[in-house]
Amino acid sequence: MAQTLLQVEDLHTQFFTSRGVVRAVDGVSLHIDVGETLGVVGESGCGKTITALSILRLVPDPGKIVSGRILFRGNDVVKMDDDEIRDFRGNDVAMIFQDPMTSLNPVTRIGSQIEEAMTAHKRFTPEQAKSRVIELLTRVRVPSAETRAKDYPHQFSGGMRQRAMIAMGLANEPSLLIADEPTTALDVTVQAQIIQLMKQLNRELGTAMMLITHNMALVASLCQRVVVMYAGRVVEEGPVEQIFKSPQHPYTWSLLRSVPRVDEARKDRLVSIKGLPPDLSNPPPGCKFHPRCPFVIDRCRVEEPPLGEVGPDQVARCWVLMRNVSEGDVATAKQSSISVAAAENLKAPVADIGTKSGS
Amino acid sequence: MMQAPEKAPLTTVAADPIILRVQDVYKHFPIAGFGGLAVRAVDGVDLEIRRGEALGLVGESGCGKSTLARLITALLPVTRGKIIFEGQEITKMRGGRLRRMRRKMQMIFQDPFASLDPRMTVGDIIQEPLDNYGIGSGKARQRRVQELLRLVGLNPNFTNRYPHEFSGGQRQRIGIARALAVNPSFIVCDEAVSALDVSIQAQIINLLQDLQREFNLTYLFIAHDLAVVRHLSDRIAVMYLGKIVETAGRNDIYDHPQHPYTRALLSSIPVPDPVVERTRAPILLKGEIPSPVNPPSGCRFHTRCPIARVPGICSEQEPPLEPHGQRDQLAACHFAGEK
Ligand SMILES: Nc1ncnc2c1ncn2[C@@H]1O[C@H](COP(=O)(O)OP(=O)(O)OP(=O)(O)O)[C@@H](O)[C@H]1O
Ligand SMILES: Nc1ncnc2c1ncn2[C@@H]1O[C@H](COP(=O)(O)OP(=O)(O)O)[C@@H](O)[C@H]1O
Ligand code: SF4
Ligand code: SF4
Ligand SMILES: [Mg+2]
Ligand SMILES: [Mg+2]
Repeated sequence: MAQTLLQVEDLHTQFFTSRGVVRAVDGVSLHIDVGETLGVVGESGCGKTITALSILRLVPDPGKIVSGRILFRGNDVVKMDDDEIRDFRGNDVAMIFQDPMTSLNPVTRIGSQIEEAMTAHKRFTPEQAKSRVIELLTRVRVPSAETRAKDYPHQFSGGMRQRAMIAMGLANEPSLLIADEPTTALDVTVQAQIIQLMKQLNRELGTAMMLITHNMALVASLCQRVVVMYAGRVVEEGPVEQIFKSPQHPYTWSLLRSVPRVDEARKDRLVSIKGLPPDLSNPPPGCKFHPRCPFVIDRCRVEEPPLGEVGPDQVARCWVLMRNVSEGDVATAKQSSISVAAAENLKAPVADIGTKSGS
Repeated sequence: MMQAPEKAPLTTVAADPIILRVQDVYKHFPIAGFGGLAVRAVDGVDLEIRRGEALGLVGESGCGKSTLARLITALLPVTRGKIIFEGQEITKMRGGRLRRMRRKMQMIFQDPFASLDPRMTVGDIIQEPLDNYGIGSGKARQRRVQELLRLVGLNPNFTNRYPHEFSGGQRQRIGIARALAVNPSFIVCDEAVSALDVSIQAQIINLLQDLQREFNLTYLFIAHDLAVVRHLSDRIAVMYLGKIVETAGRNDIYDHPQHPYTRALLSSIPVPDPVVERTRAPILLKGEIPSPVNPPSGCRFHTRCPIARVPGICSEQEPPLEPHGQRDQLAACHFAGEK
């Protein structure tokens, strides 16, 4: 039986702004087992980063964890005092961000920064820390680690900085690494190197990983399990292979069909989700996805569905579920996403645009 | 009904299947204070774009894609070389002639937030090119703006709103409406969907495809996301450090890549399918793209190429862009097709 490392229970994190209360994380529950890689996906603004920052108790003002429990090896992070939380951040969990420049100090040499991360948390003696710097940089495959450790961040390229960030994240041998869009800013060939690196680290060190991303392909490549978030809530969760093969929530289904695949031979039309995610200070009643859902029924508008079991280890928050949608309705949903400029607009006579370039 | 102020000069020109020819084009940006040194952003590019096709241009950041796009749309003068659009050499044009030519080529940019003037209403933003080119009367222009808004799927009554009142995807539609205002035949999309969320990105990709079909537009589609480029393009050109290293049809480039860089690039892209991902073996390139100030000798990919013969021909002789592989496929490699 896999051992649970992190268990988030009914977490609510809110921002108290002049516009009202923003329910950024609205009853999220999730767990990560020891050594496991969990993907967290969803559109911009659905609460992924704030969930991660809540786990570290780093929610920025005017945000607050309002309720819920975050159990790390059974200890509630929400209740930890200042010393305990510092220990937790130093020894148990590390976070790497999308833009490494925001978290690296520009005026300190890379090697010294990694060393400081270790001595600050007293897990290693200063001598050990010094010798570990080169070892860590080598492990994340920074070439000529010994000389490069003396460089400043601006002397590193984007990919190398991300490697340095990962080295720093690993410095205190955390059991959980939270990576928020770690490769989004990188070129594909460098992204491939970092993906490879993260896979190896997970295998070699057994570090559990929470990968936050927009990129479904990255989840398919790196993760064992995936949590799909929408409007501050978990709407579906399960093993990656199952979710990709048989998503049950219409949002997951749409997300998976909205991205082109580089290995597709034909240009199939993409499914697009109409409209935008809701304003989290004023979410719609009922199922929060209902204004955008192609399979909405009356009940969805008034009553929010619970997260229910839909398969082995798979849960989804939906009254309908994809397996109950008829093929005809699926086809219509694909059609209706045909656009936007909806067929009727395109066919309408448009003055002047009529001078088509080809005819 | 508005009329375009001038007709295409020659019917034979309109029949030319090649709408744009780029011939041995260079753009070097001198580095101030370093006498003679320059960023060789575009360093000898040959490329043809066919009427009605969508040509994708891919490559790592800094390889010169945006610079090439700005040379093609005459937003930037070339250092050397010829660009011929609809049979006319635009690299020689100045003043009114160039302005009239530029009307036919429009550009859609990456950042829907930065590319729209925040102080102008949406109506004025879309109408501006019509005003600039003196197309139609005031009333007709306003009507045209509303039609364009409808065309890109926005409410025609939004003309009095400002860009900040719109979402990223909506702003990108405004940019598209503006680009379409003057009936261009050729549109350059430079990372036009890169900043958008996936579901919004899908809407814009679908819209671009609909518009292309409806108005027989020619696209140059630039993006670092190869899946998006492959989805939208008929043909793909791969750029590395200021040069085109391969061009081929969208399927040939994926199924039979001839250049080692293309092969590595395509193999690095994860696929949203865990079953495929279990066995996908990316070709990992060493290091990162070298500086365009001082590109490597011979084949400029030789410092990262997994099959380079170095020392030897690869570091000594620059490989020409020549037919290799399938019909209609070009590659610049001494050992094209080898693994
Ligand atoms: N400092 C803040 N003040 C007010 N609201 C905030 C603040 N930070 C985040 N929010 C809101 O909380 C919600 C969740 O934000 P979060 O950063 O977690 O999104 P995300 O899923 O990480 O999105 P992205 O994919 O764009 O990074 C959003 O609605 C956001 O507007
Ligand atoms: N105006 C400029 N002055 C100097 N260098 C430039 C300028 N514009 C682009 N460059 C440089 O030219 C190279 C190619 O840039 P660019 O065409 O923007 O690449 P891409 O669009 O492929 O990312 C880069 O090294 C870039 O820094
Ligand atoms: S509950 Fe209803 S609206 Fe919500 S996702 Fe399911 S079908 Fe769609
Ligand atoms: S010419 Fe040589 S170095 Fe260049 S791509 Fe071909 S094999 Fe590699
Ligand atoms: Mg985020
Ligand atoms: Mg660019």
